[in-house]
Amino acid sequence: MLRFIKHNLTSIDNIEFYPILSLLIFVLFFTGVIYYVMTLKKSKINELGSIPFEFDNSITDKEEK
Amino acid sequence: MEVQKFSYDNKIVKYFAYATVIWGITGMVVGLIAALQLAFPEFFNDYLGFSFLSFGRIRPLHTNAVIFAFVGNGIFMGVYYSLQRLLKTRMWSDKLSSLNFWGWQFIILCAVLTLPFGITTGKEYAELEWWIDILITVLWVVFGLNMFMTILNRRVKHLYVAIWFYIATFVTVAILHIFNSFELPVSFMKSYSWYAGVQDALVQWWYGHNAVAFFLTTPYLGLMYYFVPKAANRPVYSYRLSIIHFWALIFLYIWAGPHHLLYTSLPDWAQSLGVVFSVMLIAPSWGGMLNGLLTLRGAWDRVRDDVMLKFMVVALTCYGMVTFEGPLLSLKNVNMLSHFTDWTIAHVHIGGLGWNAMFTFGMLYWLFPRMFRVKLYSKKLANQHFWIATLGVILYAIPMYIAGFMQGLMWQDFKPDGKLEHADFLATVQALEPYYMLRSLGGLLFIVGACMMFYNLIKTAKSGNFLANEEAEAPNMRDVEVKEHGKHFWHRSIEKKPVRFMLLAIVVVAIGGIAEIIPTMIVKSNVPTISSVKPYTPLELEGRDIYIEEGCYNCHSQMIRPLRFETERYGEYSKSGEFVYDHPFQWGSKRTGPDLAREGGLRPDSWHYQHMIRPKDISNGSIMPAYPWLKENDIDYDMIEAKINAMITLGVPYEKGFAKVAAKDAKEQALKIATNIINDLPDSYMKGIDKNSEIKKLQKKDIVALIAYLQRLGTDIKADKKENSK
Repeated sequence: MLRFIKHNLTSIDNIEFYPILSLLIFVLFFTGVIYYVMTLKKSKINELGSIPFEFDNSITDKEEK
Repeated sequence: MEVQKFSYDNKIVKYFAYATVIWGITGMVVGLIAALQLAFPEFFNDYLGFSFLSFGRIRPLHTNAVIFAFVGNGIFMGVYYSLQRLLKTRMWSDKLSSLNFWGWQFIILCAVLTLPFGITTGKEYAELEWWIDILITVLWVVFGLNMFMTILNRRVKHLYVAIWFYIATFVTVAILHIFNSFELPVSFMKSYSWYAGVQDALVQWWYGHNAVAFFLTTPYLGLMYYFVPKAANRPVYSYRLSIIHFWALIFLYIWAGPHHLLYTSLPDWAQSLGVVFSVMLIAPSWGGMLNGLLTLRGAWDRVRDDVMLKFMVVALTCYGMVTFEGPLLSLKNVNMLSHFTDWTIAHVHIGGLGWNAMFTFGMLYWLFPRMFRVKLYSKKLANQHFWIATLGVILYAIPMYIAGFMQGLMWQDFKPDGKLEHADFLATVQALEPYYMLRSLGGLLFIVGACMMFYNLIKTAKSGNFLANEEAEAPNMRDVEVKEHGKHFWHRSIEKKPVRFMLLAIVVVAIGGIAEIIPTMIVKSNVPTISSVKPYTPLELEGRDIYIEEGCYNCHSQMIRPLRFETERYGEYSKSGEFVYDHPFQWGSKRTGPDLAREGGLRPDSWHYQHMIRPKDISNGSIMPAYPWLKENDIDYDMIEAKINAMITLGVPYEKGFAKVAAKDAKEQALKIATNIINDLPDSYMKGIDKNSEIKKLQKKDIVALIAYLQRLGTDIKADKKENSK
């Protein structure tokens, strides 16, 4: 973008590496998370999801039931 | 296994709940006052023209109040309630809980006692002065320590997804707040940002954007993962999705800050990075929203009866809208139109009113009957609140969208001969008056609704019996080994280890911050210097401080984008090298008034003088507040030496020993400007007044310093051009 701002782009050492590095980190991280999530067992998922309801023993919640 | 007896602390939740409601209504009323000033500027000028009520000082109070006082207390309320129950443990220390509460209210009080009186750092949403920043840091650590110790002492094995969001909130807000608040104190009530110009802008919007992300979004998503399943009485739609939602959201959000600086002097690569990540953000945001809404699958009939669910459904819908709009606004071609207009105001209010406030209302209606062990005083009143609040959001947002589109398009209009259709900026402001009135009405409705809720909650509390310590029992499952079939995945071991979890969250968040900020910080050549750009004179610096004090940046930008309709209106576009001595930067984010980046030398000193005293006298139809106190208040010449020394510490190249003579230099410049003004003023101003004595009086006044600063703006580049053409 014109003379002053153009300078910014070209003057950082190895600037072209930045987008590639970002993309790499991004892709690797998400592959990891998605792989983990996909391989989780249904029973485990159900167990984790029901934590807010697990042996509910506060008085108000008991009354509700 | 042995079942342990313990109790949950409801008292702290009750305190935060009351603080949420009281500060919420206060913050909204301050917002309404600000809105009314734009709708009825003459009334405020004539009858309520107090310095502490002027728009530039009230608007930061409004934003700080709703973000940190209303939503802040709302976060603590929800976290202190849900954390104990999700961990089956009382908060680690009642004393720390109490310190967290009273300390936070004290900080809010400090904000109320400083911002309206012009004590501000001049950085949006981080306006509080250096010692309040330190207090905030201490209090945040108190909150974090209490939360972490509770997590470490938990009776459950796994950390539920809501708690991940709380942890991410804690660490990221800490990082953001500390890095953005680096400032050099000059006195108890004054400091300068450590960063200057482009760097300051980048750090500020990295902070500003992520304050939205990690103060207004992640804690509330955590609360959503607790309260929506509880209210719907079924687990969250997909726990798998919630894991992806969490990691994707915190990873992507931190990169998106630069989308607030599109077309500015920020390096292009940083702008592009901001856009790309903003667009990607739609995926986790919508994943989270759908996860919340789909939790209600098969329970939609309950939404009809349960007012709490109604609020939450609207909140999630608004969250979906606002996170769709965000990526849209970060596209350069859309941002070109939206930036600096009321479109942004509409956008943030869909978030603030629609998402945060509606969700908070839902939580309050849920918590009070449970903590006071009684039915809600009036379901009917709560339902009416729901409809009034929804109508309020709509009435607020739609006029602001129209105002934003209108003004943005009017700025861009060209005549067939290539000149601007609306060369007079004021015409584009006056067209917005009816919309400003309508939005005030929307805001008023929203406040009426909140007051109805307050009444309803107090009545509920009065008719009930408060349960300060809620008895509970649970076995300690924290260290119990459960045999699991199959492989142990890294993630499962991390989510059981809160410290490791926190470290990973820090790493994930830091990647974006480092990739964006470090290059701009350390590579000097990133900000090309312009030889004709010189440090401010002492008087100009003093004037700049008054500019910041009065909050001029709330309505005036100092950033001309390299777009034809901007350069045609304001002159040559802004260069990053022009701001190297600006501690803090003052680019602004909204143009209720015109850009001032090239204001210097455009008009005589006397014009500025008359304009400040009574804008509409000289600029017919102006909605700018009058600043008569600027000609009453004296310049603090004693402070100038310290200020110049501070600037030298920050790297501004004043000559050696200049600080000692700075006050003298300032007085000489002030005399020149005062003489200019008095000699130029029309006779009607000067009837029966002795010119010499008036000049003597005027040269000591704030207004002279402010004019010196305004006349300097953008002139360095012009000087460069003159030299080049010689």
